This record gives sequence, C-alpha cells and structure tokens, in this order.
Amino acid sequence: MEFFIQQLINGITLGGLYALIALGYTMVYGVIQLINFAHGEFFATGGYVGVILLSFFTGLGYMDTHPILCLAASFALTMGYCAFLAVGVEKIAYKPLRRQSRLAALLSALGMSIFLSNGLMLTQGVYDKAYPGELFQGGVNLGNITIGYLQMMIVGMTIFLLFGLNILVFKTKIGMAMRATAQDKVMSSLVSISSNRIISLTFAIGAGLAAAAGIMVGLYYGSVRYDMGFLPGIKAFAAAVLGGIGNITGAMLGGLIIGMVEIFGAGYISGQYKDVFAFIILISVLYFKPTGIMGENIDDTRV
Amino acid sequence: MIHEFKKVWKPYTIGLLWLMGLLWPLLGIHPDGTLSFDRTFTVWLYIAVGTSICLLLYLMNKSGSLDTIGRPLAGMRDSVSLASGKVPTWAWIILLLAVAFLYPFFTGRYAQDVATNVLIYVCLGLGLNVVVGLAGMLDLGYIAFYGVGAYTYALLNIHFGISFWICLPIAATLALTAGCLIGYPTLRMRGDYLAIVTLGFGEIVRILLNNWMSLTNGPNGILGINPPSIYIPSFENGFSLELLELKKLQYLYYVALGLAIFTIIAVRHLNYSRIGRAWESIREDETAAELMGVNTFKLKLLAYAMGALFAGLAGAFFCARMRFVSPESFTFLESAMVLSMVVLGGMASIPGIILGAAALIVLPEVFREFETYRMLVFGMSMVVMMLFRPAGLIPAKRMGSRGEEREG
Repeated sequence: MEFFIQQLINGITLGGLYALIALGYTMVYGVIQLINFAHGEFFATGGYVGVILLSFFTGLGYMDTHPILCLAASFALTMGYCAFLAVGVEKIAYKPLRRQSRLAALLSALGMSIFLSNGLMLTQGVYDKAYPGELFQGGVNLGNITIGYLQMMIVGMTIFLLFGLNILVFKTKIGMAMRATAQDKVMSSLVSISSNRIISLTFAIGAGLAAAAGIMVGLYYGSVRYDMGFLPGIKAFAAAVLGGIGNITGAMLGGLIIGMVEIFGAGYISGQYKDVFAFIILISVLYFKPTGIMGENIDDTRV
Repeated sequence: MIHEFKKVWKPYTIGLLWLMGLLWPLLGIHPDGTLSFDRTFTVWLYIAVGTSICLLLYLMNKSGSLDTIGRPLAGMRDSVSLASGKVPTWAWIILLLAVAFLYPFFTGRYAQDVATNVLIYVCLGLGLNVVVGLAGMLDLGYIAFYGVGAYTYALLNIHFGISFWICLPIAATLALTAGCLIGYPTLRMRGDYLAIVTLGFGEIVRILLNNWMSLTNGPNGILGINPPSIYIPSFENGFSLELLELKKLQYLYYVALGLAIFTIIAVRHLNYSRIGRAWESIREDETAAELMGVNTFKLKLLAYAMGALFAGLAGAFFCARMRFVSPESFTFLESAMVLSMVVLGGMASIPGIILGAAALIVLPEVFREFETYRMLVFGMSMVVMMLFRPAGLIPAKRMGSRGEEREG
C-alpha cells in the first residue's frame, strides 16, 4: 500500500510534466492542424536555458541569499526565451507552408527539430549538463512515504500553470479569440481577429509551458541532455492524442494517464519496458475510442 | 532589385536580431556569473554574412540582375531538355541501367558503400511510398518492419545457418505478417491518429528488440552474420559448384541493385494496376472510394502489408551487408528519414523518391568534412527544401489536391 501511494505521487509528478508538454502539441494542432515535431526541442531548450540561468545566479551568489527569487526569475526568463524561439520558428518554418499540404509542414517541423537539437548540441556540448546545487533537498515523511519538496514544487507549479492556462483560454478575451480561430479562421478574421497573431500567441504559450516542464524535469532528474526532448516529446504527443488532439482538458488528462501508466508499469511490471506501456495504453484506448478519451471536436474546448 | 530589397529588409533584420537574442543566452551567460559578448557576436556575424549573401543572390536572381549569366544557361537547359525529350523513355532507362551496372568499375570503396546505402533506402522509400504516397496513410513507424526483416535474417542465419536467398522471402513474409498484425487494429483510424499509433508500434518493436535479451542479445546486437553467398560453377576437377561468399562491396552493390530494381518494377506495376488506382482513390477521398465499391479496409491493409514487405526485404539485405545488427539502427529518426525521402522526392513519384533517397544519403556524406555541423545543415536544408519545393523535387503527375488536407 505504501509502495502504491509512493508510486501514485511519482505518477502525478511525471504526469503533470507530460501534461504541460502535451498542451503545446494540442494547442498548436487545434489552431493549424500541425504536429509540431519541434515541440520536444522547445522543452529541451527550456531545460538548457534553465540550467544556464540557475548556474549563472549560483555563480553570482544570489542563489544562497534569494533562492526563491532566482528560481522564479529563471522560470520567467526561460519561458520567455522559449516563447520567443517558438514564435520565430513558426514564422520561418511553418507560416510559409500554411497553404501547402500538411505533410510538407510536417517535414519542415521534423527538419526544424533536427536543426534545433543539433544547435543545442553545438552550443552546449554533447554531454549531460548538471543542474546546480542542492535545491529543494529533503521532503516530508509520512510514515514510510516520502514526498520531496521538489515534487511538491513541481506539482504546485504544474497546477498553477494549468490553472492559469485554463483561465486564459476560457475566461479572457484573448482565449475567446484563440478558440474562435481554432474553430474557423476565415470567420474569426472577419470579426477582426488577426489569425497570424493568434497563431504566434499559441506557439508562444505552448513553448512557454514546455520550457517550464523542461526546467522542472532538469531539477527532478538533476541534469539535461541535448537529445532529451525526443522521448518526452513523443510521449507527450501520445498523451495529447490519447486525450483527443486539439482538446485542452483532454491533453491534461492524457498527460496524467500516460505518466501514471509509465510509473505504475515500471513499478509493478517491468522497469525495462516502461516506455512500452504508454504506447500500449494509447493504442488500446484509440482502438475503442478512435478520437481519444475526450473526443476531438468538442468545439468549445478546442484551441 | 532595390524595390525587392525594400520589401524584405525589415523582416530580415528582425530575423537577424531574433537570432542574436537567441544565441546570446546560450553562448554568453557563464556559470561563474560572468557575461560575455564576443563569442556570440562572432558566431552571429558568420551566420549574418552567410545568410545575407544567400539573400542577395536570391534577390538578384529574382529581379533579373543575374540575367547576363542566367539567360545563356537557361537557354542551354531548354535546348538540352528539348533534345532529351526526343529520346524515348526506354533509351533513358537503358542508359540509367548501364550507368548503374558500370558504376562499381569506376568508383572506389567509399563511393560504392554510399551507393549501396542509397539503393537500400530506395527500396525503403518505395515501400513507404505505397503506404504514404499511394494509399495516403501517414506511417511514422515504418522502420519497425525493416527491423523485423533484419532480425529475421540475423536469427535464422546465426542459429540455423540458413542462407540469405532462402531468408529473403522468409523475411519478407514475416514483415508482411507483422504488417497485417499491426495494421489490423490500427487502420480504422485516420490521419494523425494513425500516425501516432504507428509511431507507437515502431517504438514498441524497437524497445522489444532492445530488451528481449535471450532472443536478440539486446543493445549489444548480433555479430557474425554471414554475407549472401552464391554457387559458381568451377571446372577445375571436372564440374563442381563452389560457394562464393559475396563479402566484397562490389558484389553487395549488385545484390542491392537487384533488390532495388525488383522493388521499382513491383511498385510501378502496383501503381498502375487496379489496386493502385483503388489506393489512389482512397488517398483522394476515402468516403467516395467506399461508395464506389472499393473495399477500403482490405485495400489499406494490403497497402500497409505491401509496404512492410519491401521494408522486410531491405532489412534482410541491410543485415547481410553490415553482418551485424542492433536495435540502434531502427530508431524513429530512421523512420523520419525514410518519410523525408518520400515527401522530399515527391509523393507517389518513383523517380522523385529515387532522387530523394540519393539526395538525403549523399547530402550528409558531402558535409562529412564538417562532421559536427552536418546534422545541423541537414535539418536546415530539409526546412529550406520544403519552403521552396513543398510538393517535392519531382512531383507525381497523378495527384489531386484533396485527400488528407481537407479532412483535418
């Protein structure tokens, strides 16, 4: 039972991270129907910029005096950086192809993904880069269950971001514009919503969330690598499809399920095959519900 | 020229500033708490100068400043294409075949190795073309069948010593069976759902190969696989048959060429048969095809299995050539590579895919000089190619504008 609860906590942590990445896939897909293969690279870039900033602050000595402030600044700057990157990538690689076949845009995304991960490798080196210091060491012990402070931070941050995104998409004017663009680009441009701006915004938000996930994964596992975006990227994409691609609530749910399945599969069945379970669940769910758990065309939640 | 320049200088400058902003945090912030600008600026300057030259050439070409050089060249190209149009197609094919057959006599080991690689990827690309180009199903896990073919030969050869030629059909059959098994549950889905599910299956196969230690020896791979061998008649002491192992690159090249030619002929026949037309009708509009009496599910399964078959053949040969096989050769990046060949060359166009395979294999080889930069350049050129030729290098003649694009 204790093992079960411990795994449940780990599963929630990992699932939340997958959900953050999956949101970027699902939002971009909702707006321009493109599988953005470069999204995993935004996540990896986030991890790298996070480690650069945190080491910089540690080098300056601020990390010991104001750890929370440094962490918050790193998060904000990294998310901004990745948003900036994503908007540019969209303008260069996807925008000119919007009227072409979807496979052309897909291939362009694949090329961009290769380009970005190799760019990271060239500027940051081939080896793992370690996150600095003893951030959030220790945790709360409840009987035999340990909840790390880091895990609490990750779950808290994830909930905060997901909540913020929900408010942005469903309660604000900008969110309404985004939903309108996702439903019908022509019609929404008739009521003077600039679809280009909305698409840029979507990329920026998605990449920002992925960047936050990147830092948290870096903190959680202690290091980052230039090719770390690939597998989480694919699993997050699986999560987005599992929940019903284009559906925000679905992506959150899908991410949580994929994370849980992975952790429980690794804990109870086999650690070697942990990457398989996520895909098996995905395939079996899609077999019975071909448009994902939440369905893809619930118009109101589609961004 | 000035007019053209006025239109582009603003986004171009913004783009360069954007790049500067992106490069600086990666290169200029150091863990010891210092900031620097010189390295960022140098890197940025190189990129800026390079792209500026490209832009300038592009603008000059567009506005006609290069016409003094360009016009005679264009005239020459026109006359050449006019002349080549008069030569019948069969003559071209014979010429190409002759070049392909004589190729090893004029080239070294390295060039032969690259060419063999190209031929393997031609088989793979044409196989995937059946799935993606003809039937219009996005398959991201195609490399799994390549793996099935390769491991079939490796295991049969290591454990039972079965020869390459017998294993070739066995590998193809097994890959076909795997295609049916994977295809049966997945082909009900459409578009992007199919893409992620095939991707999932591809990863599952790779992870299985990686972790099933007792069967596949895991990540260490299988060593000591025999190359293909043939019996050649020998007349030294009367008549006898001698076993000749085709270890030499030259021989392997010819085997690959044979496989590639077989694949080309097979795919061409499929393309222009009743089945091929049915596939194309599914690609263009699945509902209408079904309405016209095409059994869509059966035909999609057939397309998927056919694609798998060619991948199995290519896989068995790949394994016999390398004489070593490990799961590392069957990653998602390989699937993406094959898909790139199909899309880059031009979907459903056989000459296009051959050209695409050649381009994508030879391009990284050309950049081998700049070892560390080659994948960077490869990724960028993929984007640039798509921007300038989104329909592929040699687009297929019979290709509608409908199909998947409209569905999503």
